[in-house]
Amino acid sequence: MEMKEIRFVLNGEPVESRVPPWRTLLEMLREDFMLTGAKEACGQGECGACTVILGGKSVNSCLVPAVEADGQEVLTIEGLADGETLHPIQEAFVEHAGMQCGFCTPGMVISAKFLLDRNPQADVEAIKEGIAGNFCRCTGYTKIVESISAAAEAMKGRR
Amino acid sequence: MEDFSVIGKRIPRIDGRAKVTGEARYAADYAFPGMLWCKIVRSPHAHAKILHIDTSRAEQLPGVKGVLTGKDFNGWAWGWMPKTREEEPLATERVRYLGEAVAAVCAVDEDTAEEAALLVQVEYEELPGVFDPEEAMKEDAPQLYDHVKNNVSWDFHMDFGDVEKGFREADLVREDRFVTGRVITGYLEPPAAVAMYDDSGITLWGAKQSPYFVYRHLADCFKLPLNKVRVIQPFVGGGFGGTKNDSLAGDFCAALFSKRTGKPVKFVYTMEEVLMTCRRRHNMIVHNKMGMKKDGTITAMHSRVIADGGAHTAIGPLTMYLTGCMSTLPYKLPNFKHDAYRMYTNNPIGAAMRGHGVTHTRFAAEVQMEIMAEELGIDPVAVRLKNAVTAPHETVNKVTVNSCGLVEGIQTIADHPHWKERDQRKHTDGPVMHGAGISATSYLGGARQRGHQSCAAVIRLCEDGTVNYLTGATDCGQGSDTVLVQIVAEELGLAVEDVDIKRVDTALTPCDAGSYGSRVTVLAGKAAQEAARDVRNQLAAFAAKKWEVRPEDIRFRDGRVFVEGSPDQAMPFDKLAKFACYSGSGAVILGRGYSDYGIDILDFEKGIGNAGTSYSFTSQLTEVDVDTETGFIRCTDMVIAHDCGRPLNPINVEAQNQGAAMQGVGQALYEEFKMDHGRTLNPTLLDYKMPLAPDTPDIHVIDILTDDPDGPFGAKEASEGAIVSAPPSVITAVHHATGIWFKEQPLTPERVVMALRKQNHTHSSMDKM
Repeated sequence: MEMKEIRFVLNGEPVESRVPPWRTLLEMLREDFMLTGAKEACGQGECGACTVILGGKSVNSCLVPAVEADGQEVLTIEGLADGETLHPIQEAFVEHAGMQCGFCTPGMVISAKFLLDRNPQADVEAIKEGIAGNFCRCTGYTKIVESISAAAEAMKGRR
Repeated sequence: MEDFSVIGKRIPRIDGRAKVTGEARYAADYAFPGMLWCKIVRSPHAHAKILHIDTSRAEQLPGVKGVLTGKDFNGWAWGWMPKTREEEPLATERVRYLGEAVAAVCAVDEDTAEEAALLVQVEYEELPGVFDPEEAMKEDAPQLYDHVKNNVSWDFHMDFGDVEKGFREADLVREDRFVTGRVITGYLEPPAAVAMYDDSGITLWGAKQSPYFVYRHLADCFKLPLNKVRVIQPFVGGGFGGTKNDSLAGDFCAALFSKRTGKPVKFVYTMEEVLMTCRRRHNMIVHNKMGMKKDGTITAMHSRVIADGGAHTAIGPLTMYLTGCMSTLPYKLPNFKHDAYRMYTNNPIGAAMRGHGVTHTRFAAEVQMEIMAEELGIDPVAVRLKNAVTAPHETVNKVTVNSCGLVEGIQTIADHPHWKERDQRKHTDGPVMHGAGISATSYLGGARQRGHQSCAAVIRLCEDGTVNYLTGATDCGQGSDTVLVQIVAEELGLAVEDVDIKRVDTALTPCDAGSYGSRVTVLAGKAAQEAARDVRNQLAAFAAKKWEVRPEDIRFRDGRVFVEGSPDQAMPFDKLAKFACYSGSGAVILGRGYSDYGIDILDFEKGIGNAGTSYSFTSQLTEVDVDTETGFIRCTDMVIAHDCGRPLNPINVEAQNQGAAMQGVGQALYEEFKMDHGRTLNPTLLDYKMPLAPDTPDIHVIDILTDDPDGPFGAKEASEGAIVSAPPSVITAVHHATGIWFKEQPLTPERVVMALRKQNHTHSSMDKM
């Protein structure tokens, strides 16, 4: 099968890749770019562990063909911090115990970013809806919701 | 209250930064040059003889590097006890559950391995199966093992006091049948590992919450000494007992493929493999009989427990033990009889899961107690306070409680406005009914199994005053690394940042039993405390000599070392460390310690003695909305009053309680494997419904302080009580809202609607009379 050449911006850096049409965005990120932050758990778009932002939208990267990234911008968890400085959402997750085992965390944090970018005033109900596609077994979600609320508050001053 | 510097503080997790940046690496994130992929071939039948396996087509596929079948393991099998070693890495003669591993392939990449797995041709002769534990008990039931009579995998019996006398003394005796559902641990990270077999032996980077189990299994299977088995712990994406506390077909096959090829070999299970074939909680039937006096005093209880064990015994004997040994808490029970049967069936294997064993029988007893109290006109709080144990207490089966916050916990819940105003908050008109319920439980901490049970610690002092702390205890997400580091820091008067902890590596870290039974904070914590004190004592000897004072007068606190009552004699910790390390020709300061308490007699046959070192007490209030049209139940509010002795890290204790409670809600309301002749019909996260964020109520956690004498800094368990207390509190709340007693979990919309219809029907029939 023919390999397709694609160019896209990955975490702010222009990159190129050659991918077969059946390769998923998640496989390309994890195996070709060694960005293993996004996880594969269900592989069916149900759990959100593989969430990244593609072309401004949060996607389950396990369901998206890698070729879809062509000409787009991709943001993964590895691209969220500004050098040593954590993004306010990351800071809030650390401060407010927003993670336990951490396996859902990269996807959860990316979903939270997508949510707060669209709705900086998100209240508790909106946050719960915003992360309804991200499964977490450890926390019971309470501390995740608190973390995102705290991040929303912290980000107010920075806008 | 003692004044601590680090203990009791809401310190962020030490692994938080690695986890929010994606830096934390899990087993599936590991890759090595030349690495091969292993894939397991699984049985499509629940019960069948293996007649023949043809591997030739798979072997001929380009890229395939090997195929294994059961005979490659030379008859080796493993199990929890010597007499239950019945599980083979790959089944040789017979498969006993659908999805049991029968062969494995390895290939240059994952796609080729998957394709090769489909080319392995296995010829089976199907056998009749048995899929229900009560059916399995019948004389003419298909038998799973030739050497086992009547499919009894394990039975366990307790008999204390005189239950018949107790029932005679009661004013009310009830018998009810309770059923718990088929649920799974639900970790998000599927099991994965990379195995490398070379001149140094086996190295396994594996997703294990108790790496020393697989360490022993691999040594035994490959006839290697233990110093040639190295299990290195990546970050672990959740455990919750069962699968990640055991070995897998993939572990053995990857190691053997690596031995044969000289290459690192990796496997990652799919979520479908997890949900269809991995260990799950036993579903159980509990026939419970309880006697109660008019004043609410419980006089006797007899529980008959029948568990679906699935195809192998695994850790089932301990499960059965826990269903009974913990029934004598949290309420006084002078007469108690327990008969537990773990039945083999051709279903996937039942094993440990958070709240192990206790969740089944506590649910039965807690709900039955409240049904009886209602019949006798006794308030839910009053019946609990009437029977609640207080410390010190010894149960009829010699379980000893040295600290107990149960009464305070129940009173805290009773004083909560949501309980006080429960009848005002309740509504039964309109399509959504609302109600409130309570429950209580005890859970053991510092759990013991058989064999090696202690935890150990080694602390190396660096000359700049920082320390390396080595433990064999695994943080699989619960936050134990952070708490253990806090303990070391507190004892040495250091900051958390001064203490380094690495992930478990069996070649470097001291042997440890594992992360199960809420034992890490209690036992690894005790070991950490001992090792830190060892370092402190060695340093104190140097300081005492320098200052010409007694070593016992030296204090370590907030990065400083000083003589008690003599503020002039003081120096920074790092200065003392340097002074000590460079004394003479140079000193090497290593601290060591291990937990050697909780070693009193435990009679595993009769259920006598302490299965843990201490006992937590959890009291819980839950409020629910019941949609009478759809049958859907949503928890709206929860208050958990938890006695963990002393929270060493309160934010982590809250988080543990919240997570456990939601896992309990999943079990009570949403989660259930649908089975058809041993086949799991819903092996996807779409169809197996675990709670999501919108399902989460407001969960308020209140700490009840009791300072247990056996725990480090007074600590007891904090992660399992709420998974046990959540289901009965949900069920008593649903009763408050609807007037219906549900005795079978989960309370699916279908069950709820059917029960409401039946209730309406009964009411309207009664109206006509």
